[in-house]
Amino acid sequence: MSIAPAEVAQVVEQVDPDRPWITMVWNDPVNLMSYVTYVFMTYFEYDKTHAESLMMDVHEKGRAVVSNGTREEMERDVAAMHGYGLWATLQKDD
Amino acid sequence: MSTGFILESNGRIILRLDEVERMMLLSLCDQIVTLVTPQDRDPDADPLFALVGIEPSLERPEDDVMLRLFPDAYSDDENAASDFRRFTERDLRQTKTTHAQTVQETLQRSGEKVVLGLAVAPSWLGFLNDVRLALGARMEIDADFHDAAVELAEDDPLLAMLDVYDWLTYLQESLVQIMLA
Repeated sequence: MSIAPAEVAQVVEQVDPDRPWITMVWNDPVNLMSYVTYVFMTYFEYDKTHAESLMMDVHEKGRAVVSNGTREEMERDVAAMHGYGLWATLQKDD
Repeated sequence: MSTGFILESNGRIILRLDEVERMMLLSLCDQIVTLVTPQDRDPDADPLFALVGIEPSLERPEDDVMLRLFPDAYSDDENAASDFRRFTERDLRQTKTTHAQTVQETLQRSGEKVVLGLAVAPSWLGFLNDVRLALGARMEIDADFHDAAVELAEDDPLLAMLDVYDWLTYLQESLVQIMLA
């Protein structure tokens, strides 16, 4: 019988090595602000307040991180964003 | 020009179009389908790749319109972006083709009054967005484009294109507002 692993796990958790990738949506002159909000609400199921706040970041700061997770999950999110016509990329979160 | 999409009290989404507008939308459907339909496979292509929808090699498009419809998924890693294309571009092309064909089917069974079921509304939104992205890339639209357009000559073909673009923007905005409500 061993009791050690539980203590070790607590130390490792801070970095969350399983979710180091992010999906970024970039501003572009064509996509409507309302449509971008609609996409964030529909695909990510974010509430309207959160979706609008992300959309405003895209609009005013030029980009926003809209999700994070494993590389495979982010590739899925980016492919979905491209399906909606949003300009999205993924990258490792530094 | 039409009044945009309207939500009736019975929950139906309605769009009234005159014949010119209807033909314009049908023609845009054709153009998008032609632009994005997955290309025929190389007969020598690996049948196993074909089976799972992966392209053995897919070039990054050079045309601005195609690059906007099929953007790089990695901005700082060409190899990863190229792999991503191989695995996803075929599906993305199919998604956009389906949107355009759905709109086409709705229009073909409609007269001047188009009735939209909720099930097809997302395809209409996607299609309107794809056309606007394509036109926007072709016209090199940026935030100041409308201000600059007043300088264009009356017979500049860009002006006619801008009219269509603005109309599509209006249509898309009216439909998004219904979907957000």
